[in-house]
Amino acid sequence: MARRTAIVGVGQTYHTSKRKDVNGQELINEAVKRALEDANLTLKDIDAIIIGNMDHFEAINYVDCWSVDGSGAFMKPIMKVTTGGSTGGTLGACAYYHVASGFFDVVMAIGWEKNSESDTQAAISTCADPILERDFFGGAIGPNAAEYAMYMKEYGATQEDAARVAVRDHNNALNNPYAHLRKFITVEDVMNSPMLCWPIKLLDSCPRSDGACAVIYASEDRAPKITPKPAWVHATAVSHDYVYFGDFDWEAMPTLEATATRVYKRAGITNPLKEIDVMELYLPFSTCGVIWMEHMWVCSRGESPSLIRRGVFDMKGELPVNPSGGVLSTNPIGATALIRIGEAALQVMGKAGDRQVSNVKTAMATAFGSCYWFEATILRATKP
Amino acid sequence: MDRAAIIGVGQTKYERGKTKNFAELVYEVVRKALDDAGMELDDIDNVVTTTNDFWDGRTIACMAIAEAAGSYGRDATNVEGDGTLSSFYGLMRTLSGVYNSTIVTTHCKVSEGSPRKLFNQAFDPVYDRLLGIDAISSSALQARAYMNKFGITEEQCALVSVKNHRNAKNNPYAHLPLDITVEDVMKSPMLAEPIKLLDTSPVSDGACAIIMATEKEARRRAKRPIWVKGVAHCTDAYRLGERDLTYSSALETAAKKAYQMAGITDPWRQIDVAEVYDAFSYMELMWYEGLGFCGRGEGGKLIESGRTEMGGELPVNPSGGVLSAHSVQVAGMARIAEAVLQLRGEAGKRQVPGAKVALAHGINGICAQTHCVWILSSEER
Amino acid sequence: MGAPAGGEKKLLEISSGEAEHVYYWHCGYYMSQFLLGLRDRKTILGIKCPRCGRVYVPPREVCGRCFVTMDEWVDLGTEGYIYAFTVVKLPYIDPNTGKPIKVPRTDIYVKLDGADTCLMHWLDETDEKKIAVGARVKAVFKKRRRGTIHDIEYFKQI
Repeated sequence: MARRTAIVGVGQTYHTSKRKDVNGQELINEAVKRALEDANLTLKDIDAIIIGNMDHFEAINYVDCWSVDGSGAFMKPIMKVTTGGSTGGTLGACAYYHVASGFFDVVMAIGWEKNSESDTQAAISTCADPILERDFFGGAIGPNAAEYAMYMKEYGATQEDAARVAVRDHNNALNNPYAHLRKFITVEDVMNSPMLCWPIKLLDSCPRSDGACAVIYASEDRAPKITPKPAWVHATAVSHDYVYFGDFDWEAMPTLEATATRVYKRAGITNPLKEIDVMELYLPFSTCGVIWMEHMWVCSRGESPSLIRRGVFDMKGELPVNPSGGVLSTNPIGATALIRIGEAALQVMGKAGDRQVSNVKTAMATAFGSCYWFEATILRATKP
Repeated sequence: MDRAAIIGVGQTKYERGKTKNFAELVYEVVRKALDDAGMELDDIDNVVTTTNDFWDGRTIACMAIAEAAGSYGRDATNVEGDGTLSSFYGLMRTLSGVYNSTIVTTHCKVSEGSPRKLFNQAFDPVYDRLLGIDAISSSALQARAYMNKFGITEEQCALVSVKNHRNAKNNPYAHLPLDITVEDVMKSPMLAEPIKLLDTSPVSDGACAIIMATEKEARRRAKRPIWVKGVAHCTDAYRLGERDLTYSSALETAAKKAYQMAGITDPWRQIDVAEVYDAFSYMELMWYEGLGFCGRGEGGKLIESGRTEMGGELPVNPSGGVLSAHSVQVAGMARIAEAVLQLRGEAGKRQVPGAKVALAHGINGICAQTHCVWILSSEER
Repeated sequence: MGAPAGGEKKLLEISSGEAEHVYYWHCGYYMSQFLLGLRDRKTILGIKCPRCGRVYVPPREVCGRCFVTMDEWVDLGTEGYIYAFTVVKLPYIDPNTGKPIKVPRTDIYVKLDGADTCLMHWLDETDEKKIAVGARVKAVFKKRRRGTIHDIEYFKQI
């Protein structure tokens, strides 16, 4: 019988471009210590650990084994999951299933990355098929840039529409002490920033960061004893369709639509705009923050720019998106999607400090990576 | 623990230089496992793939095989680690209440990369990696420490190779079925003292898949569900210098937990057949000890007694084990698949007669830092 | 107390050096036929699913949606239209060579006539103002072909 599971603690590092002062294990340990402090637990209370990152960034094989000093996995069960950019989502789901299956009561998921240790775009471009697609894959930016080029042509959207998303996320980060990039910017700043892959510019794009995040999941019995307001996991969903980038259908965004549909159905949501109080979305580029809202059924096709202009997704709007500053402000890739889950949990738990949205009952976190693979999680203040 | 069963298995033949690409190998075993279970892909709720970016030569290696593994239109995830670990995750998902059936796949084409360099990447980049240490040299360190402490001899290790390669003659999937003697092993080229060529597992390409289901689903579908009675994993310290290389506490911890779940109090008597991860001949002796088949330091005596041979009290590795076929992370899942075939009575010439309870074991990391132990049974209680 | 090594409290970095991993990937039958089609017949081959009728390029064994093997080959020729494109301006390191890529470079997704999926390749035009989504394109083959995706040198707008 499935057990109800909740998030009871979150910890993360102060993300930055280069953590020269720590090695990978030490970086992980910072997040682990903070998560344990947040949940008022010790390592003894953790029954199992899961860890994830993207291998080629640090070139360490069997990271789960290597991490033991930092992750606290000595003489404990640990395994590693990885799905590229969506690794954090995979981590959250893995921790959830560790607990929901009944095998473990308190489980810690750790996502981390030291992107400064290698050339990020070079490493990412090895995800494409080496024989047929790698050479035409413009790093992580290529496909999303091409996606927005199509969208602009179809709906008459502009680069400024995307710039507004960049401004929102960057300026939200000013409230988040953990965020990597915390600088006030304007639409003009975005439009003037260097072009990376037309039409995506530097300020439209996520940084690469060094950082780690740890999230603690607990069973129904243990969760209320650990924290007064656990964030209950109501649903997770995933779409890993497609293996070649050329197979993807950007007009229909089938993987995002399938993931959103499945997670809403499992959580009993029919009107996301009204029923979800806050979203932490994995938007690697500002352009995604325009297009993807439509494929998540928040508004209809072509409508997103007008909602953005009206401030619907701003902190004071109807559906705040990325109060943490999102991926555009902080991107330690293996951790990024787990940070979305952690931030969504903090919102539900009422522990989000200056970035807290008021009265959060339902929060959503998404993950993105690889060949347009998506994951989504719905958390609530009430038990499922 | 709620009940779940393994209802389908599929393996490729293990050999070097397979010409199918990753996706084609995975499709082959998924199709085999589905056919074995009498199911179609539509009957499967979710997929767990097992990959390794280093062995495959591309980051997000799971991307290449997602569709071939059946991920299209269903929830899917990916583990990087031994097949026994990913199968455990598959089991958790099956018991979560969200899914009825799960397919778990693994694949590895060790011959396409440079295995020694790729395993060297498991070592700490600052301290150990630059020494050029790899799986063979590090295992040689462990073997030497173990053998010196307890007086285990090279000849005793060689008996493991002789037994397992001979057993492999009964396994149509095995890479290296061989008729060899202890003298052949002793005369084979020394790779890293005391490990010789015939003490070492081969470079094999291959894939494996298993299908798991909830009790309800298993009863509906499977002719002979094989029940999971206990599973546990445990990880030791990372640096070789911080571990007792002569004895595996992580294995003992994992085994005890799995035994407890399965209600096993006397493993030697209660287990009918065992498939353990013998990447090197000395390892099988160490695993006897960690699993409680004999006392510490007595692995050499146990192999000499013949009681782990085919026809012995507790046959170990009737399939030929990892010494006969080693596709890295596939090998752990292959142990589970072989255990399932034994319990169904479908193991052909390698069948241990009347086997009702089986143990399957997998390892991960340097010198088996992580161990995962499975107890399976053909009987429900 | 000073740093234990006697000197200042320095933080060091270690480089992996010229670490290189060479792989020899087997293409498998389907990919091999596709590449041989480029080399020997100067044409692009796709494959059709017997159940849903989708034509996939590059060809592969299994239709992901129907989970059946495919064996109906389709000659897709050399023309199609630009489904999407981007102009890369950021010179990141090429994992094949270890050296920075040459920019600007236009990556395109081509929907060949008769195909349901796109082929990725390069366009010979790098000024985004002169490229249009939907523009017709044609593959330009190299004189000396070796059975790789680069037997097509690039696509050009026609």
